This record gives sequence, structure tokens and C-alpha cells, in this order.
Amino acid sequence: MIKKTALYELHKKYNAKFVEFAGYSMPIQYSEGIVKEHNITRNKSGIFDVSHMGQLFIKYSNDITDKLQEILPTDLKNLKINQSKYSFLMKENGGIYDDLIITRMKDQYMIILNAACKQNDLQIIKNTLDDQNLDMNNNLSLVAIQGPESKTILENVVSNVSKLKFMNGENFTFKNNEIYITRSGYTGEDGFEISLPNKVAISFVEELISKGSTLIGLGARDTLRLEAGLCLYGHDINENTSPVEANLKWAISKNRINDNFIGSHQIKKQIEEGVSKLRVGIKPETRVIARESTKIFDEKDNEIGKVTSGTFGPSVNASIAMGYISNSHSKKDTKVYLEVRGKKVPANVCDLPFYKKSYVKGEANV
Amino acid sequence: MSNTKFSKEHEWITLDGEVGTIGITKHATEMLGDIVFAELPEKGSNVEKDGTAGVVESTKAASDVYTPVSGEVVEINQSIVDDPSKINADPEGGAWFFKLKLKDKSELDTLMNKEEYDKFAKETSA
Repeated sequence: MIKKTALYELHKKYNAKFVEFAGYSMPIQYSEGIVKEHNITRNKSGIFDVSHMGQLFIKYSNDITDKLQEILPTDLKNLKINQSKYSFLMKENGGIYDDLIITRMKDQYMIILNAACKQNDLQIIKNTLDDQNLDMNNNLSLVAIQGPESKTILENVVSNVSKLKFMNGENFTFKNNEIYITRSGYTGEDGFEISLPNKVAISFVEELISKGSTLIGLGARDTLRLEAGLCLYGHDINENTSPVEANLKWAISKNRINDNFIGSHQIKKQIEEGVSKLRVGIKPETRVIARESTKIFDEKDNEIGKVTSGTFGPSVNASIAMGYISNSHSKKDTKVYLEVRGKKVPANVCDLPFYKKSYVKGEANV
Repeated sequence: MSNTKFSKEHEWITLDGEVGTIGITKHATEMLGDIVFAELPEKGSNVEKDGTAGVVESTKAASDVYTPVSGEVVEINQSIVDDPSKINADPEGGAWFFKLKLKDKSELDTLMNKEEYDKFAKETSA
């Protein structure tokens, strides 16, 4: 049975086209269409229903931080209250089971997990913590508001929210309900993610719309995150790619590289010895789109990699892609060839992100 | 567009003397969503009825463009290659794809008129 989020009826009201995503019926776009929705987010403000993602809360106990550090490469001991970090659950061989955001709240950790991975993640965490009663909170929705006008719009609904720094959160109230807001997102724009009870989700989003924001579907979410150089789990990262290969080494806390966590042996080895493939940005020289699985060749026609995500980036007005390429060809400006419909399209390796805007101070990445 | 004919692959063709102008229908653009890439046949090339004669890509997926009749490509619309969003804006007017010198005018008889196409489009998208 396909699942629906608490905002399903609202999506319908705003003429969403639905697709099945990770077992949920989710809006791919509304009547505006993907490109307009993309531009609305970049130029004004967009609202995203991300309630399909898992919200896991783990109450503090004596050894909880130590135990979580056994499965996460993040320095949780120095994580401040209300601070968030991007992290991973890994396999022994360094492959990624999921990427996630962990936040240290006052009396518990909050972990936000990808919808398609959340059940498997939960089992790993349950086993590690030896707590089979742990479960995701399904009474909560998760809403993101992203784009330059989002701060002002959200401030009109939730006072004092604009004081939050990037990758930091705090408790607020909405209609006498406790909600938790972090300054974060996955679009390359300034924005916020709001965890709130299902029963007020529709009225909360309606208020944001009345203050000038717009519902945005998964289609534009994909073009926005790709322009921002951010990975989509199951495509750009998976069980066969390590954080080092994915160029996400920055997310591994420096003081934990010599520590023990699942996958640490492989990570340490890869950092010391280097890797054979790396995730890079790729810019075709024409407008042709190199979609997932497009083969990458060098000028001698040797296959040197594969595209993992590719689309047209409305804000950069160009075809953009990312993928894994052999280390020898991963340097910026290296000329490569993409095989699209039997033809070789010239392209260049480039830095990520394709589109850059400055975030509100606090932290440089994500 | 009374002398315009339509194919089951959602292309339209309007004949002017020996030359047919070909594009994709508004219905096709609505199904595709925002078009961000267009590839056209080469000028001077010969294309066969129902054969591939270009590609359009939306943010979601790539789709082949077929030619509803056979002939020689005598002109292509470079402006839609340079700015594919024109295809969504004016698919059955300024955003035509290519012009063909028809090989066999009787091929037009296999196509649908506007009324038949509208019915076909409605039925197939239901």
C-alpha cells in the first residue's frame, strides 16, 4: 500500500502531479512546472514536503554518544547543543548505507534519514544501541523552506527564527505546538527545515504560502540539489562508494580518522593511499543531457567512469552532471567524452557546486 | 491549422506546396514538461516516415521525435536548439522543428486531422 504524508491533501489542492518515491506518493511538480519551481526557489522561496524522510529521536543515556560514534564518523562529543552535522552510516568496506543529518538536541539526538533507507538504518542503529524498541516518530512531518526570501517569510510565522545560524536548530512553537527548526536544506539556498506534528502540518504550510512562499515538487528539488553539487543517495552514493571516493571526506571529523567506527579501517587506508575513482562535476560542452549511467571516456576511447546524476541546470543555463571518474582523469578541466545516444559528447571535469550562493555564517559546507 | 495533419507520435505537419513544416503538438509538450534540450536532423539529410528525426529532453526524460512523412530536410529551426523553452511556449507555431521536401504526398493520407487527433490525444492520455 502506497503511503501518503500528512500534506497529501494540500498537494492535491495545489494540483500536484504525483509519483511514487520510496513507497510514498509524493509531488513531482505542481502546475508551475519544474523549471519555474526551480527558479522560484532560487529567487524567492519554495516549500518542500520531506515528511517521507525518517525522523529518529534517541534519548541520552550514559554511553549513547560512544555507541553512536561506533557507527558514525562524526565527532559527536564536541557537537554543541542544537548543532547539526552531515554524516553517514557505513559498511565495513567503507560503502555508504545512508547519508544523514544528526543534531544534538537538549535531551536527545535527532537523526534525519533518507526515506528509502530508513528501515535498514533503524535496524543498524537498534542493533548498535541494543534497543529493539527504538522507532521513528511517525507523528511528525518534515517541511523545508528554501530560498532568499524564506527567512523573512518564516519569521512572519515563527518569531525569532532568523537568528538561527547555518546547521543549528532550536525549539519554537506554532499554535501552541512544540516544533523544532534547523537552518539547513538541500538546495544550495539559505533555508530552514521544520519538524512539526502532523496535525498542524497543513495549517503551517498554508501560512507559509499566504506569506509568499510556494510549494515545490521533487523534480525541482533534484535540479536544485544537483546544481548545488549535493549527492542523492542511491545514485551518487551507495553501498559501493565510500565517503572518500564520493569527495565527502570533509564530513569525516578530523579527530576521528584514527578512531574506530564501522568502515574506519577502509577510510583511513583510502585517505593515506588514495582512491582509484572520485566523484566529480562534469559539464558537457553542449546542451545535451548526460543522464545516470552515461559512460565516460578519455580521448583515447578508454572507458574511465560513469555519470551518476545528470540534468539541465536552469540557474546555470547548461547541462550538468556528476559521476565517478578514474583518479587519473579527475582533475579540473580534464577533457572527457560522454556517450549519449551513440555519439561522443565532449565535456570537462569541473569543481562542484555548479551554482554557489553564500550561506548564513556558521559553517562552510553542505 | 485546417490543413495541418497529426501523427500518433504527436507530431504535426502543415503543407505549403511541396514543403511540409513539422513540429510537436501542444499535447506532447504538456506530457513532456519543461523542454531543456532539442536535437534536429541535419539539413540536406533524408528521413523516412516514422523514423527518428530528432530528440527532445525535458528535465525528466529524453524522447525521440519522429517524422510523420518521408523527405529531404530543407530547413531546420535553430532557434529552438538555442532556446528549447520556446517549444513549450509556442509548439504549434514559431517552435516548428524542421521543413521537409516531401517524397510522397500520399503519406499525408495516413495521418489524422485536428478533430481525430484531439480525440486520440484525449483517449491515450486518460
